[in-house]
Amino acid sequence: MKSPVVHFLKTIASSARDLAPIAVVIACFQLFILKQPIPNMDEIVIGSILVVVGLTFFIYGLEMGLFPIGESMAFAFARKGSVFWLLVFAFCLGFGTTVAEPALIAVSKKAARIAAQGGVIETTDMAIKQYAQGLKFTVAFAVGLAATIGVLRIIKGWSIQWIIMGGYVLVVLMTIIAPKEIIGIAYDSGGVTTSTITVPLMTALGIGLASSIKGRNPMLDGFGLIALASLTPIIFVMMYGMLY
Amino acid sequence: MGELKEFFWTFLHTITDVLPIAGIIFGFQFFVIRKKIPHLKRVLTGFFYVVLGLALFLQGLEDALFPIGKMMAAQLTDPAFINQPLFGMSAGLIEGTEAIAQNLEAHWIQYFWVYVFAFTIGFSTTIAEPSLLAVAIKANEVSGGTIGIWGLRISVALGVAFGISLGSWRIVTGLPLHWFIITGYIIVVIQTFYSPKLIIPLAYDSGGVTTSTVTVPIVAALGIGLASHVPGRSELLDGFGLIAFASLFPIISVLAYAQLSEWYGKRKIKEKECSEQL
Repeated sequence: MKSPVVHFLKTIASSARDLAPIAVVIACFQLFILKQPIPNMDEIVIGSILVVVGLTFFIYGLEMGLFPIGESMAFAFARKGSVFWLLVFAFCLGFGTTVAEPALIAVSKKAARIAAQGGVIETTDMAIKQYAQGLKFTVAFAVGLAATIGVLRIIKGWSIQWIIMGGYVLVVLMTIIAPKEIIGIAYDSGGVTTSTITVPLMTALGIGLASSIKGRNPMLDGFGLIALASLTPIIFVMMYGMLY
Repeated sequence: MGELKEFFWTFLHTITDVLPIAGIIFGFQFFVIRKKIPHLKRVLTGFFYVVLGLALFLQGLEDALFPIGKMMAAQLTDPAFINQPLFGMSAGLIEGTEAIAQNLEAHWIQYFWVYVFAFTIGFSTTIAEPSLLAVAIKANEVSGGTIGIWGLRISVALGVAFGISLGSWRIVTGLPLHWFIITGYIIVVIQTFYSPKLIIPLAYDSGGVTTSTVTVPIVAALGIGLASHVPGRSELLDGFGLIAFASLFPIISVLAYAQLSEWYGKRKIKEKECSEQL
């Protein structure tokens, strides 16, 4: 194990690297094309520092606590354990990691505010908060379900393309009947869900499972969980929009 | 002082975001696995850092990333900016655009720089994405070296870049989002039948992997900002969808890249055989 200080500095460097391309592109556009002053420059600089520091602590904390324990549990459940508990664990893992996903928290709040402006819900703080929470938990439920289906697929050896194509058909059918205000948010929710926490833990679950079942190729069967997890939220958020 | 109080509330809210996963991990450990958690102190410290980091990140997002995305959208669609001559283009076009601007129904070509901006943001953030590098290395192993790491990274980045600029063009024109996405699905399905089997799950995953935590808020804010500044568009109906584009197009570009490299590899073998026969 390396010293924690070195590790922390490395994490800072990698979070800064996440933000760097955006900073460079925006600086170039401001300097050479728009040639306009940036309003509230100091607030944006402080905010960017908060983003980098926050992301650093977040990832450092994940690597310290959640990732090692989550991965070892995913492997443990994949190796032995009954199929029932494995499926329950997969659902819970998908659900829990999605609720804590930073991009989803931010975007669901934003979506709720815009829905309120657009007259879909009331403009009170309470209604907005409820809508955002509802949206987030719908997505989390969908990701949990995707993890369950994905694990079942690996156990049974179903091929991923048929499930994905079936999902596409469902998305198209739902698009026809869903209210048009929800379609954009629903389509976006698929891409928003799978990032910092969900991807490493789901991948660990998939590869652990595929490598512990005889006759499975971890390269071929271990992947596909994330694809499912970015498809089911689209379907469920459209359902949410219909019920709301 | 108000800032601190606000941060305190964000911090409290963040605890509820992290509670489910903490509950699940501890619950399974105690009731199903029935073992003590190794390095409990370390794990708890880790959870504290996660909550602190998430709260700081969300605060910074509200202060910086969302406003930046919105500001760029506002400045790039500002009538004073888009009516500037483009590379010294003919004066006739400018006169024409002024007339159009008066009708508040601007032509999509005027938003040229919006597409350039969307493209560069998409390309640069994707090429720097660490999880994409991990996927590219695995794809290289799966394919036995026919799929190059850099080739894959560039094709995914081009996919995302093209996706986001097409998405912003859609916002400007106001065409329905589902036409594009459903067409994309059809392309993916057709490609799936002609792609090397081993790459398919990986390609499907690459769609979800490429949109990172920092990119998503900026891209989302850009879309919503565009919809609120382009005349005749609604934030609710047109503002979303950019992330959907960014996660669909990489699937297409990875499958295309895999097909191309397979085809290229086969041609090389054929050429070799031909030259050996000679």
